[in-house]
Amino acid sequence: MLSGVKHIILVLSGKGGVGKSTVSTQLAITLKESGYKVGLLDVDLCGPSIPYLLNLEEEDVHQCPQGWVPVYADKEQNLAVMSIGFLLKSKNDAVVWRGPKKHAMIKQFLTDVYWQDIDYLIIDTPPGTSDEHITVMENVRTLNCDGAILVTTPQAVAIEDVRKELTFCRKTGIPVLGVIENMSGFECTNIFSSGGGQSLANMAGIPFLGRVPIDPQVAVSREKGHNSLRTPPDSPLSAVFQDIVQIITKPKTGTGDETAVS
Amino acid sequence: MVSPQLLYRIELVRKRLESVKYKILVLSGKGGVGKSTFTSLLARGLAAADSDRNVAILDIDICGPSIPRVMGVLDEQVHQSGSGWSPVYVEDNLCVMSIGFLLSSPDDAIIWRGPKKNGMIRQFLSEVDWGVLDYLVIDTPPGTSDEHLSAAQYLLNAGLTGAIILTTPHEVALLDVRKEIDFCHKVNVPVLGVVENMASFVCPKCKTETAIFPANTGGASKMAVDLGVPFLGSLPLDPRLARSCDEGTSFLIDMPDSPVVLAFNKLLKDGRCQNVLLCKQSHMCHRDKCLDMIQIAAFAVNLETVIDHERGVQRAFTYDDSTCINFTGVVKACEESRNS
Repeated sequence: MLSGVKHIILVLSGKGGVGKSTVSTQLAITLKESGYKVGLLDVDLCGPSIPYLLNLEEEDVHQCPQGWVPVYADKEQNLAVMSIGFLLKSKNDAVVWRGPKKHAMIKQFLTDVYWQDIDYLIIDTPPGTSDEHITVMENVRTLNCDGAILVTTPQAVAIEDVRKELTFCRKTGIPVLGVIENMSGFECTNIFSSGGGQSLANMAGIPFLGRVPIDPQVAVSREKGHNSLRTPPDSPLSAVFQDIVQIITKPKTGTGDETAVS
Repeated sequence: MVSPQLLYRIELVRKRLESVKYKILVLSGKGGVGKSTFTSLLARGLAAADSDRNVAILDIDICGPSIPRVMGVLDEQVHQSGSGWSPVYVEDNLCVMSIGFLLSSPDDAIIWRGPKKNGMIRQFLSEVDWGVLDYLVIDTPPGTSDEHLSAAQYLLNAGLTGAIILTTPHEVALLDVRKEIDFCHKVNVPVLGVVENMASFVCPKCKTETAIFPANTGGASKMAVDLGVPFLGSLPLDPRLARSCDEGTSFLIDMPDSPVVLAFNKLLKDGRCQNVLLCKQSHMCHRDKCLDMIQIAAFAVNLETVIDHERGVQRAFTYDDSTCINFTGVVKACEESRNS
């Protein structure tokens, strides 16, 4: 399973709507821009957002002898994407499944997708600590799983759920790479306040990866179907993700990591 | 597999909720759009409007319960009595039940697969001693999976009023919310209407208005028209509401001048909302219309199971758990077969 994949990174959050999919896509794009081959797997079966965020809603998945061929977001085939969104007839269709069916689907995503050789596989998850997470965890824990990035917004009500996700990681032995605080502050005021992610990181003794401010332009550019494969290099968003990529691609001492190609 | 045991449990829920007049689900395919916030506003608003009215909130978000914090009852505990679990009271006429009350620490994670979550929801629905209630507002997690199927399965037989669907205006949320409405149609949960949250933001300092989650595809009102479901109204974004939820205070009382409170009160008084909350729309006909072939087939299987059980024959039927059915007819048929 996933034999050609060098690194696996999970994007988790106990809370919904905090930007897990946005963080996953930005991370994948930034890694691709840095010269890596990247796969992006969306295991949110009831609410897949990745196809929309990458403007790939009309794409289909094809079969080849080696398995399912993922959808490529760029011509050079450096960013491969897989989501249940590609398998649905209509985008309004609900996937009304209980746990066992979700488990089987994710298992298929992990075993049957022909990723070929990729440096990083980013796995975007739904909110919670249940079937999807247990299945992914059970399967990747024995592989090259670098760890999980936790996404939160600054309010207490989000932090509370993210603390549960942190417990999930600790109980199941998934290393935590760090916390990203999304929707932090806004121009002259705060909407969801700010600083909550930092204090969570301090309290739990995990790295704080960065703070992404609310920028309605992010939502707008996506909704207009702009080429979402490139973030404007001067935006705060892009700077934060450059930093994050630096942190996660830094070779770990003593492991002889030689995947950096940039 | 539908076992006689499941039918028995469904009947237990019906019995327990007989004393509850209106049962309203708050749903959204998307997370973080304000399901718990709206649930709390609705419950507080309904309870404050009439002190003789009894209102309760049931939080069935098992992995991320937010209601204890939002309602300001974080450190409370649930007690057991002869007649069931006693909910936690926020006001004399407003009580709350959530898995949050059963955890020993806020860091505790519930790492459960579906069946255990379903068991918990069943217990919440059949074992909480609500007393006589006018409104039971049920807050749900995002998605269209175990929690939602279980809630629908148990509540459809217990006289579910219907579901209020929450969304924010941007397309990435609407995408998931359309799926949730499809879910409601598939399992015959009547859609009472759509509420749009975080619609616009007026900066309290510089008074500039910004669309934080821009409605580039027409927002919730257009989606409601497209899908043929009622649109109930929009609530603006007020950072003070987010803070109030973190602190668990009553926003309706503390900030009566907030644009959210003005919009919310207008929404509550609006004719459409009154109809919804007082269940004036007949949804029974809607349910009949939706009874499709799959359900009729499943119905037949269940009826046979029940009757076999009555005769003391144990037979297992394979049954696709992803289709959910309305058991009213099954139980009625079962009673009739018993009487004859």
